[in-house]
Amino acid sequence: MTTVERDTVPARAGSGRVGHRHTPGHVAGRVLLYLTLAVFLIPVMFPVYYVFAGALMGSQDLSAFPPRLLPTGVNLENVQGALDAVPLLRMYGNSLVMAGIITVSQLSTSALAAYAFVFLRFRGSAVVFALFLSTLMVPAEATFIPNYLTITGWGMGDTYAGLVMPFLAYAFGTFLLRQSFKQFPRELFDAARIDGMGHLRFLWTILMPLSKPALTAVGVYVFITSWNMYFWPLIITRSTEMQTLQIGLNSLKVGEYSNPGLLLAGAALSVLPTLALVIFGQRFIVRGLTAGAVK
Amino acid sequence: MLAWGFLGPSVAIFALFLVYPLGRTVYLSLHGNDIIGRPDRFVGLSHFAEMASAEYVQVLITTVLFSVGVVVPGVVGALIIVLLMEGVIRGQRFLRGAFAVPFAFSVASASVIFAVFYSPGNSVLNGILYRLGLDQVPWLTSQEMALWSIVITTVWMNLGYGVLVLAAGIGSIPKEVNEAARIDGATGPRLAWDVTIPMLGPQLFFLIVISTINALQSFGQIHILTGGGPVGSTTTLVYSIFQDAFAYGTSDFGRASAQALVLLLVVLVCTALQFGVIERKVHYS
Repeated sequence: MTTVERDTVPARAGSGRVGHRHTPGHVAGRVLLYLTLAVFLIPVMFPVYYVFAGALMGSQDLSAFPPRLLPTGVNLENVQGALDAVPLLRMYGNSLVMAGIITVSQLSTSALAAYAFVFLRFRGSAVVFALFLSTLMVPAEATFIPNYLTITGWGMGDTYAGLVMPFLAYAFGTFLLRQSFKQFPRELFDAARIDGMGHLRFLWTILMPLSKPALTAVGVYVFITSWNMYFWPLIITRSTEMQTLQIGLNSLKVGEYSNPGLLLAGAALSVLPTLALVIFGQRFIVRGLTAGAVK
Repeated sequence: MLAWGFLGPSVAIFALFLVYPLGRTVYLSLHGNDIIGRPDRFVGLSHFAEMASAEYVQVLITTVLFSVGVVVPGVVGALIIVLLMEGVIRGQRFLRGAFAVPFAFSVASASVIFAVFYSPGNSVLNGILYRLGLDQVPWLTSQEMALWSIVITTVWMNLGYGVLVLAAGIGSIPKEVNEAARIDGATGPRLAWDVTIPMLGPQLFFLIVISTINALQSFGQIHILTGGGPVGSTTTLVYSIFQDAFAYGTSDFGRASAQALVLLLVVLVCTALQFGVIERKVHYS
């Protein structure tokens, strides 16, 4: 720790958003602060940069030593090569179908369960809710062997049904939606009921539209995590036609080990949808991710 | 009853794919199996006893080293980043967004990118080291280095999550607390050390527990980058479960199930720890 930092970074953090001091020491402190942040930011952003830069590089850029860090020209041969080596588009579709089904299903099962916990008073609901939460403690890896035996025993190995079945419900969504449903004014619920509105109709036409922020947070979170799943799709799929994009990336790596351009092109293609979600849906992700952290 | 109709779909999935598997795992762990994985004899606790053998003790050591190696720099790094970001006046949102970008990368895409970075043939990282005049590193080919190369990949993947959690925590510290500390003359590192970090206690604890649980469950990066090698030096508990149960057609479900139960136990202890501490915190507020 230098004296400069001791003097100025503190002052900066301390003075908050008001009271700029333009002393030389202060300026040096700010420079130091930004430099330190850059020291962290550069290694974090470099792989993000390089996956796209490298995907567009020609083989002469990639095979040079040391490998080039800036592409000398834009070139799409890696993208074409990756698509030729492994049926990535088909796998894209598989991932989309898998993540889509899991997301819609978890939103539905979670909304129904959360509705029961908030609006349908029943005996033992506190115990049942605690049991729901306790399912979150079980690491999926501890259940994969029996689930693999169950799914293959039903003849569903290497099918969409087999890919999604164990993940159709998850208590995390129930937990978040319950928090959101609890905000709904009880009098309005009672009024709707007295007017003769059925539970499902109330849930679908009134509660769900009003809970869009929570539903989006859960949906975005579930979509990204299931899109990124690796272990389960690896063991439950056999054929190239059923494999998801993530498993395709591994096949690409095994098959094209010595061709970095193809690997980077495959990784770049695979990351586009989730990257878009993270960039444009960040506030929803923050909500979903940090739900357990901030009381 | 109506409520059970609404709970039914969730309960059915949990029963089939969570509760039943736990029972089945216990059963499998107590049985030996034939070549295609059908349990054919009761073996008692011998699978668990095998875990005291040198091979599995090494697996447990690797798991602990890996988890500590991922959690400590991940949490400390995220903490330093959010404290530094507090000092930034403009562009805080941009920085937070930038640090969160790796979260978009699946374990497979991150691993493939780092495979290129580490590749023995034409390593991008070694290229950078070469430009800086530094020695080359045998990232994935040396038994000493391979685990740490996977640790680096994992820290990169998880850092953004830590930043988001801690940034949300800092945002929830009441303004009056900082004001009061400042009136008492606390600034900068002092303020961070005496006020901000203690106030972040619950989030830090949450982050440590979640990161540990995630680290214990890491799989894809090991499968893609090293396949557990060289010479088993990156075989963690989860990877060992995979190898015994699903790799090389061994289908040793009994032995793998015993390890799965050990994993379950460790994760349960971590979670129980978290619930215990957070319960106590709740009474404060």
